[in-house]
Amino acid sequence: MTTYDFRLSVEIARVHLFSKPKQTIVAMLGVTFGIGMFIALVSLMTGLNDFTEDITMTSSPDIHIYQEETAMRPSILEAVNPRALNYVHHQKPKNETQKIRNARQIAKLINADPRVTGSSPQVSSQVFYNYGPVQLNGTILGVDILDEDKLFDLRSKMRKGRIEELLSNHNGLIMGKGLAKKLNIDLGNRVVVTTPQGNTLTLKVVGIFQMGIGVIDNVRSYANIATVQAILQEDQSFITDINVKLKDRQLAKKTAAEWQSKFTYKAEDWETANSTFLTGVIIRNIITYAVSFTLLIVAGFGIYNILNMTIYNKMKDIAILKAMGFAGSDVKNIFMVQSLVIGLVGSVAGLVIGYTLSLLISKAPFDGGDIISLDHFPVNFDPKYYVIGVVFGVTTTAVAGYMPSRKASKIDPIEILRGQ
Amino acid sequence: MDILKTESINKYFYDPEKFQVLKSIDLTVKKGEFMSLVGKSGCGKSTLMYVLSTMDTDYEGNLEIAGEKLTGKTQNELAAFRNAHIGFVFQFHYLLPEFSVLQNVMIPALKLNRFSRAEIEARAMEKLKILGIAEHARKQSSKLSGGQQQRVAIARALINDPDIIMGDEPTGNLDSYNTQLVFDIFKELTHHYQQTIIAVTHDDEFARKSDHRVEMSDGRIVKD
Repeated sequence: MTTYDFRLSVEIARVHLFSKPKQTIVAMLGVTFGIGMFIALVSLMTGLNDFTEDITMTSSPDIHIYQEETAMRPSILEAVNPRALNYVHHQKPKNETQKIRNARQIAKLINADPRVTGSSPQVSSQVFYNYGPVQLNGTILGVDILDEDKLFDLRSKMRKGRIEELLSNHNGLIMGKGLAKKLNIDLGNRVVVTTPQGNTLTLKVVGIFQMGIGVIDNVRSYANIATVQAILQEDQSFITDINVKLKDRQLAKKTAAEWQSKFTYKAEDWETANSTFLTGVIIRNIITYAVSFTLLIVAGFGIYNILNMTIYNKMKDIAILKAMGFAGSDVKNIFMVQSLVIGLVGSVAGLVIGYTLSLLISKAPFDGGDIISLDHFPVNFDPKYYVIGVVFGVTTTAVAGYMPSRKASKIDPIEILRGQ
Repeated sequence: MDILKTESINKYFYDPEKFQVLKSIDLTVKKGEFMSLVGKSGCGKSTLMYVLSTMDTDYEGNLEIAGEKLTGKTQNELAAFRNAHIGFVFQFHYLLPEFSVLQNVMIPALKLNRFSRAEIEARAMEKLKILGIAEHARKQSSKLSGGQQQRVAIARALINDPDIIMGDEPTGNLDSYNTQLVFDIFKELTHHYQQTIIAVTHDDEFARKSDHRVEMSDGRIVKD
């Protein structure tokens, strides 16, 4: 088969397509709708995924080192009867300290690691916030606020006040926006903080931050390390957590495992810590691709039907073409070209529709409520998905067109020409 | 000069049961001859013509056209051979409805690709002129009358200057006026242009006036 023969097939295909414009357009619309919806869906879903991943990442460290509470521990019986089957019912947790020993040295070692951008040792505790009659449960983090800023870009998340206020104000507190709202607290107000051990301290609110995610904004506040150590009545070496930011986030899993065995404290990477979020991402992806795939298959069946009908109507034409010397492959090309043109033009139109829909969605107001701070739908305009859309569309139409085209190439002209 | 030659062609139908349609057909057709193939319906005359046309390859024996042995060639080789050497006229015109008259005539020549497009167009116009329908060249083929369409089909059969034109009841769907017209065209093509024509027909008058009348019965040639 020469390129000349192919050009002739293309010419005939072109006449076929233009002689029945309505049918051609209906076939194209099937693909256009499929691809358009695919683009709109994928843009919205990946936009949402990126958005959630983004806020999760900005609010959780790449690696979090802390003392894990051990629920089960080897009982003394094991030492006495090492070869026996021992079982202790209702074992109570041991009174363990949350303290990371030699935390400063560990932090120093971590900072020396070339993979690390920065680390922030801190003291965390469950507390009650009391303001007037209101009493709310939450957490307090004792941090070096400048280190914490390096890790989470806290400065950009401040809604009121500045982070430096904490340095100059020993008993200062930077509070999550949701928490402040619930307590009805504003800058300069004093709030009483009570630890589970019953110690209390009055702190002054010097700043209000918003991470954009409810689980943090509604419970957390930052204070100086020394302040939190004082409430807990612990000494200066008392550190409960070390947060680490890496240069390459993808190395977190490997690095965490390495550190866990090295420092003997629990080192948790961001993927494990946010597995619920990441599961959501995976499920959303599955749904997106399943729906898009279905749409495209439906479009494919549409093309298959239309091409089958065209070929049925063109039996006589095919027979005479073959009698006059067109080879089976020429006939196949005539119909393959038609389906590919339908696929390509339909897909490109689909991209335009998809882009328009995405643009409309990205402008639609959406209230994220208390959970996430969001006023518009996040939409992803990554060109990657547009390429996938075209490839998907053309492939589906090629497959849908191939079967009828092959049937056309196999038509026996004698049966049709002498039938009457 | 013999343009077409067969040696003891046998053919069987297997459905619903084995049945011999063609029984050792030996046939020679000379160049410039207007041959008609007649016989009762079911005698195998159409079947023979489709074997001669190379479209039917399921037979025993030998077929030779223009000195080339065609038995045993592949479908694609035979398609290319038909394109260059055989023109077809059927009972129905089988013009492609989306194309103009001129385009319909040009298609086999475009496929053959022996001349440039401009030359092909000039040649197609020339053939249409011979058949007296040049003024309809730019019309959609479906807009013509039955007789005109059949003449376009003949022009299409002529476009590659084939060695043989094969007709399966070429006048079967025409009124007496157009039948006469087509017959006269065939006559002129053979006498004036040395065109070989093989036509299957059940029109006795048509057959009687042809140069060479071959009658078939029960799969055999009974009168040559």
